[in-house]
Amino acid sequence: MKRVICGAVAALALFSAPGMSFGGEIWVTNEKDDTVSVIDTETLEVIQTYATGERPRGITFSKDFSRVYICASDSDAVQVMDPDTGEILHDLPSGEDPEQFVLHPDDTHLYIANEDDAITTVVNTKTRRVVAQIDVGVEPEGMAVSPDGRIAITTSETTNMAHWIDTATQQLFANSLVDSRPRHAEFTRDGAQMWVSSEIGGTLTVFDTATQKEQAKIEFAVQGVHPDRVQPVGFEFTNNDSHVFVALGPSNHVAVVNAATYEVEDYILVGRRVWHMAFNADKTQLFTTNGVSGDVTVIDVASRKALRSVKVGRFPWGAAFRP
Amino acid sequence: MCWSVFNPVSRTYGIGLWLRFALVTTKVLFDEYSGTCYAFSMGLGKMIRAALLLGVLAAAKMAVADPALTIGYLRAEVPRPPVLSNLDVTPEDIGLAGAQTGLQDNQTTGKFLGHEYLLTSLVVPVGGDPLAAAQELLSVSGFLAVDAPSDIVLAIAALPEARDAIVFNTGAGDTRLRDTECRANVLHTVPSDAMRTDALAQVFVQKRWRDLVMIAGTHPIDLAYADVMRRSLRKFGLKLSDEKTWDATADMRRTASQEIPLFTQSFGDYDAMILADELHDFGRYVLYNTWAARPVTGSEGLSAVTWSPVIEQWGAAQLQSRFFEQHGRAMTGRDYAAWAAVRTLGEAVTRTNADDVDTLRAYILSDAFELAGFKGRPLTYRDWNGQLRQPIAVVHPRALVAQAPLEGFLHQTNELDSLGLDRPESKCEAFR
Repeated sequence: MKRVICGAVAALALFSAPGMSFGGEIWVTNEKDDTVSVIDTETLEVIQTYATGERPRGITFSKDFSRVYICASDSDAVQVMDPDTGEILHDLPSGEDPEQFVLHPDDTHLYIANEDDAITTVVNTKTRRVVAQIDVGVEPEGMAVSPDGRIAITTSETTNMAHWIDTATQQLFANSLVDSRPRHAEFTRDGAQMWVSSEIGGTLTVFDTATQKEQAKIEFAVQGVHPDRVQPVGFEFTNNDSHVFVALGPSNHVAVVNAATYEVEDYILVGRRVWHMAFNADKTQLFTTNGVSGDVTVIDVASRKALRSVKVGRFPWGAAFRP
Repeated sequence: MCWSVFNPVSRTYGIGLWLRFALVTTKVLFDEYSGTCYAFSMGLGKMIRAALLLGVLAAAKMAVADPALTIGYLRAEVPRPPVLSNLDVTPEDIGLAGAQTGLQDNQTTGKFLGHEYLLTSLVVPVGGDPLAAAQELLSVSGFLAVDAPSDIVLAIAALPEARDAIVFNTGAGDTRLRDTECRANVLHTVPSDAMRTDALAQVFVQKRWRDLVMIAGTHPIDLAYADVMRRSLRKFGLKLSDEKTWDATADMRRTASQEIPLFTQSFGDYDAMILADELHDFGRYVLYNTWAARPVTGSEGLSAVTWSPVIEQWGAAQLQSRFFEQHGRAMTGRDYAAWAAVRTLGEAVTRTNADDVDTLRAYILSDAFELAGFKGRPLTYRDWNGQLRQPIAVVHPRALVAQAPLEGFLHQTNELDSLGLDRPESKCEAFR
């Protein structure tokens, strides 16, 4: 069976390869189905569904896209899958309840948030060994790494902090308080800024990387939605970092923030309880995971319009792109 | 040794001579709790980290003038009248376990900021003197979480030692504590009974269950629940078409489950049956035994609760598993209320970098305060009566059915204020 699927995927890949440089796939973890759904960014159809460990959440690819790493939270493992076959190659030691992770630019070290344990685990994906475990706040979740690889970030949801990790020593060198329940962190492409979303606080906080000082705080207001339900979670920078698309959870909207002025320029209606997102190859389309409605909304980035929704598994959570 | 921490040492002691000893012992053990005991139940890797943590704490103690907060926890055990079923076992560490989990959350956060937290606790047995215990605890700390009947909460609040303290009510749902009998030094992390009955009334409205009947027990807490339920039904434009009293002294010759069909026959048809059985005596036998096949709600069946093991959304699964790992049992509503009290203080210390009552109280009641309480919305305090605003879970024993405020129940300032006593309704004046 697997071989047949593999053959089909290979054929499809061959078919779509020449002249279609923008083709690709969005991989979505389905938290309550223990699967990943693979969406073709051209046809916007689910072309593959693979089984994973229990409660898959964070998902990311190796640099050459030959491996996909999946946080199987309730299996207490990071699974390494061959994306061409869907075969689980092996598990990485991840610590308990891995929720989110980020791959270091060295393509080797995974920084993993262990949500139940208040620990960030650093794993070498080649030797498959734990390199370090770093005590962080309660319920670590959001993970980011600076483009130069020198700094890793863990946000802890109940401690309400962004923890700054020196990747050379694997030690914390700063802790920044943010609003309640920080869920996601990203560096700008030049590494000068680090952004954190606070789900219950309802804000995005922008930090200056050099000083770890707060530079700006962004608030949201969706018409017709009570402020309590506007809960920023995942977010991504557009090409050249000009704008940020922010998933606003149970408000069922994605906000478009001007990254220079910090103004919120637009709100786009998507599916219910929007969690995370991933762009296609040229960042012209954005795919958001909508936890409650069990679908993925495809947004046209230029017109800021939702194009369509794609049904995936139950409670889609993480999203990642591969060409 | 660890075991003695999880079983509050003070539990077995009366009040009096033992008290001072019990307090001191608890403190020492809680110091160990952060280090030794933490390591005890875990593997080697964790043990090393725990040892490191202990080092961090020791280092923190040497620093000067960093906030260090001691929080008191007091539970007064109440005599429990006989009930028909032996199925309900109250955990010996109910409430206290929630405070301990909150303490650990605070300590983990505090170690990054140089803030220290300790918990001293007393559990007063039936016949003990909760006021003396409260005085002891208040002599150590101006922050006291209390799980006791409302009369005791009021008596504690009236103690001279409590005048400049913050007392958290974590057990008494009596609406009067948020109304005519409110106190400026008492905040409530446990929802009022009215918040819970309002939540159910919203469900009735949404489901169009307009023809309602009620069976109430005769215990004062049953009668009190029936009263606030009637108030909630009025508030949401509903009413009871019939009411009966379940009186254990009535001439009933068969088991409750055999009596129920006959007992409920005279109700005829209706949309839903409300039970006011807060003692959890007869209610469990009503389900699936009613004459008419209609849903049962209130104290049994579809109920509105502070917290429940079936809550898993909004990150609650993490709190549930953390609690279970620490205490070997599921988290109850009273655990949650104690957790919320301790976390409220932790959040206030974290944000203000202070540990004095005035600063923390002002911050807690300000617009800046918000607690992430795993209920999907920021939790804040009502500045007119000290009640913690919070969504109310409507559950059955196996799943969450709804979470109030329900969609469509609007409010001019905060939808959460559609539950319980809103500003114009509350006769509380202590906060003005």
